[in-house]
Amino acid sequence: MDTKKVGLDTLVGVFVLVGILCLGYLSIRLGKLEIVGGDNYRVYALFDSVSGLKKGASVEIAGVEVGQVDSIGLDPKQAGRARVVLKLQRSVKLQDDVIASVRTRGIIGDKFILLRPGGSDTAIGPGGVIRETESSVDLEDLLSKYIHGKVD
Amino acid sequence: MITLTRKIGALTLAGLTEMGRMFNFILYAFYIAIKSPGHPRHVLKQMIFIGVRSSFVIVLTAAFTGMVLGLQGYYTLTKFGSEGMLGVAVALSLIRELGPVLSALMVTGRAGSAISAEIGIMRISEQIDALETMALEPFKYLVAPKLVASLLALPLLCAIFDVVGIWGGYLVGVKLLGVNPGAYFGEMQKSVEWKDVYSGVIKSVCFGGIVSWICCYKGYYTGHGAEGVSRATTTAVVMSSVMILIWDYFITSVLL
Repeated sequence: MDTKKVGLDTLVGVFVLVGILCLGYLSIRLGKLEIVGGDNYRVYALFDSVSGLKKGASVEIAGVEVGQVDSIGLDPKQAGRARVVLKLQRSVKLQDDVIASVRTRGIIGDKFILLRPGGSDTAIGPGGVIRETESSVDLEDLLSKYIHGKVD
Repeated sequence: MITLTRKIGALTLAGLTEMGRMFNFILYAFYIAIKSPGHPRHVLKQMIFIGVRSSFVIVLTAAFTGMVLGLQGYYTLTKFGSEGMLGVAVALSLIRELGPVLSALMVTGRAGSAISAEIGIMRISEQIDALETMALEPFKYLVAPKLVASLLALPLLCAIFDVVGIWGGYLVGVKLLGVNPGAYFGEMQKSVEWKDVYSGVIKSVCFGGIVSWICCYKGYYTGHGAEGVSRATTTAVVMSSVMILIWDYFITSVLL
């Protein structure tokens, strides 16, 4: 009887552990759930337009993913500008003359943010603002410029 | 004309009574499960029956579901030259829809029918009446442990289903059809959100409740004789499968 009980417990234990392991794999590896907040910091970037950029889009330096777009909203201080919060890995250091631009992967691919590091000595810390930005290129805008012959 | 009106009235009343009885049943089951949960060993036994014994069939169906998703997804995506998105297609359809629904359907077929037959036979052989005569609460021994166990076991089974299915898709997509393994998992990690995972978990908890609710109810109020039990078992399985799919639609429209 007692050994049967132990077997019963073990069986349920194994089942629950495997289930929780799978759940953990799904949420942490795939769902990117951060239990302890992760080793990240946030900086702000102000754009004229971030049309097409989505929350969770990747932030890259030289093609290497170094973070994600945490949130997108309007700038509370400057009306009509977009403020994007970038969540970057702690190991990535940014200078204060870094240039952030909204780029498109391929012609119709996802939008992402490309950071081009500058040469300044002063770094942007957590909560800092990236001033040099290039907005997303609007394909329709470009096409209409081309059609109406206002290409400069 | 009058007889027709009377029949419609009788049917409506019968339907409403049935619904009310089902609702009372689940409320009382939750009340008992919280108030006097009984020995955890009862729940443990049901966990074995509903969870552990179902895991083999879950793994088997999950593997083949994932593999067929990999196959179908590949042939669709290759038309657009975007086989790299195969991982996303497999993972999202598994985590959001197929995992919770198929695992719940498998549990309905495997454990739900058995639950309803077990309780039904106890009813017709007057064992439930015997419990009541001895002033023992039948819900405490028959319904509450099954309810708790299925609420716990279904999300776990669903998670196992998802993971096995994703690896099944990997097997076909990457090993057999030659999709880039980095793209398979990389795109998957980029596209699957925490929201997708928890909505799947919420779904499977609800389905666990539905399965044990309907199967226990149908067994508890079974008809007379062997025929009654067989009818109760059939309706329990059919009704819970249908309810799972209906509820799936509504919960998806709320969570999305």
